[in-house]
Amino acid sequence: MTAAVTSTNTTTAPARPGLAARARRSFDTHWYAWAMVLPVVVVLAVLVGYPLGRGIYLSLTDANEANVGRTIGVNHIPSTYEFVGLDNYWKVLSGQEGHFYGRLGWTVAWTAACVFLHYTLGLGLALLLNRRMRFRGLYRVLLILPWAVPAFVATFSWRLMFNEKYGVLNAILEQLGMGAVDWLGDSTLQKMAAVAVNVWLGVPFMMVAILGGLQSIPAELHEAAEMDGASPWQRFRHVTLPGLRPVSGTVILLGTIWTFNMFQVIYLLIGQGASSESEILVTYSYRLAFQGIRDYAGSATYGILILSLLLVFAVFYRRLLARQEEAR
Amino acid sequence: MTRKVRAGVRARGERSRGASVALHATLVVASLVSLFPVLFIVFVSLRGRDGWQEPTEFSGFGFGNYTHILNETKFLTWFGNSVIVALGATVVGVLIAATAGYAVSRMRFPGRRPLMWTFLVVQMFPMAVLIVPLYNILGQMGLLDSYGGLILTYCSISVPFCAWMLKGYFDSIPAEIDEAGRVDGLTPFGTFWRLILPLARPGLAVTGFYSFITAWGEVAFASQFMSSEEHYTLAVGLQTFVGQQKAEWGLMTAAAVLITVPAGLAFFFAQRHLVAGLTAGGTKG
Repeated sequence: MTAAVTSTNTTTAPARPGLAARARRSFDTHWYAWAMVLPVVVVLAVLVGYPLGRGIYLSLTDANEANVGRTIGVNHIPSTYEFVGLDNYWKVLSGQEGHFYGRLGWTVAWTAACVFLHYTLGLGLALLLNRRMRFRGLYRVLLILPWAVPAFVATFSWRLMFNEKYGVLNAILEQLGMGAVDWLGDSTLQKMAAVAVNVWLGVPFMMVAILGGLQSIPAELHEAAEMDGASPWQRFRHVTLPGLRPVSGTVILLGTIWTFNMFQVIYLLIGQGASSESEILVTYSYRLAFQGIRDYAGSATYGILILSLLLVFAVFYRRLLARQEEAR
Repeated sequence: MTRKVRAGVRARGERSRGASVALHATLVVASLVSLFPVLFIVFVSLRGRDGWQEPTEFSGFGFGNYTHILNETKFLTWFGNSVIVALGATVVGVLIAATAGYAVSRMRFPGRRPLMWTFLVVQMFPMAVLIVPLYNILGQMGLLDSYGGLILTYCSISVPFCAWMLKGYFDSIPAEIDEAGRVDGLTPFGTFWRLILPLARPGLAVTGFYSFITAWGEVAFASQFMSSEEHYTLAVGLQTFVGQQKAEWGLMTAAAVLITVPAGLAFFFAQRHLVAGLTAGGTKG
């Protein structure tokens, strides 16, 4: 069917009819495909495209709770916020407002730590699970279990375990003769705790994805390498890792995006009230929009900045992958 | 899995005893780490209202927490709300993602590449940039504090990922099947509906599982959009147990166990397909 569509396309092209006729012919050829993608396009346009445009616009204004239009009872109060150009961006990027660079630093460190641990632990476990052994199915189910626990449930559970006075971790430490640790009080420990929770939550996805990748590497490659006298490490380095490249590329990109925007773990573990150093950009932006005097413009500015950072990362990352592919 | 074991020197896939012990020990430790928080919550939930204050005692077991949340809080209402929203988002999301994924996989049409890019880029959207405008839009459409609004919002989160994954999965189904269907007089949609969808069940399981879990565990949108207590989802309701003033961890853990059960069920139905589905989708990104 694919072939049929492309061939009609190429036969009509040389004729070069008028624009309207070409549009009609293109419609005749492609209306089926367009009809099938239409629902998605509509949903994305209304629920993502329009809000994005609106968000960009808000980030160029000084909108906050006090000056947006709203309806109280029967009275409608019109909006009075003004267009201020790139003022918000300038304030954030020059460091006048908030602590953008400090938060950015922590967000990057958080993302790097989480994705690194997700990937290495996931790879390690997947390599172990990919062997023939007893209880393999059981191990697999147990190891995927954290994925089935909703993130907010897991976060609350960990918060209880980290509790300073009544938490089980401190109880264990005391049994071992060590003092209690204020896991969620101190900002460094808080960060480590958040990373631990997120790693616990995220490893199963990586493990399953990599396991799938491992199983798609033909066994003959390993056998051939072994016949040629390659050591286990050499086989891992030159057969397994290259074979995993397509999967790794995708999951690392997705993992980075998800971790960078990970809201629940930070928001629910660290609590919503305290403005703390352990907040990442996303939770800070959320707090701007919904706590205290609602600063819609500031929140939108942070949102757009986060999006731009991720876009730049994705473009560079994909280019890097493409270059590696060429170099091979 | 049916490798031939050669005689003589240790064959591939065979291990020395030491290696076997190390392998199993590592996996047991890893399984314990992944299991412990879950077991611990079940344990605390069975220990009565204040049992959580002595996490290392083994006494005072009972179902007090469960009967309390079932009878004296709105837990069941919230549970129902979560089920409606999560199932709605899963069905709507997977259905429209599947048609789009199929079109992108099998047909060449103008706008195909931009659409693929959109699927990827949309996943980068921090909810922080969308939440305020979405709040306004849903307010204008009268969909705030309603199931429909939240279902649509969750679709916008899960659809791009699902479409992307399903496209990869459809790519792995041979195109000859489509051609056979067309020869037999099926429309493209008929081919998709009758032939390809049944074949793509593992892929659908993965994406459905993903949509369900995402919707079931979402906090940020639900906290802002569902303002009346009658319409809270579980993620919002649970926060009322452990607030600034009170800490009913006993109740919280009992609720946590009840919340995890449906997610766990969805998971066990899907888990056999998870590996197969993710491979197909992941490699062909």
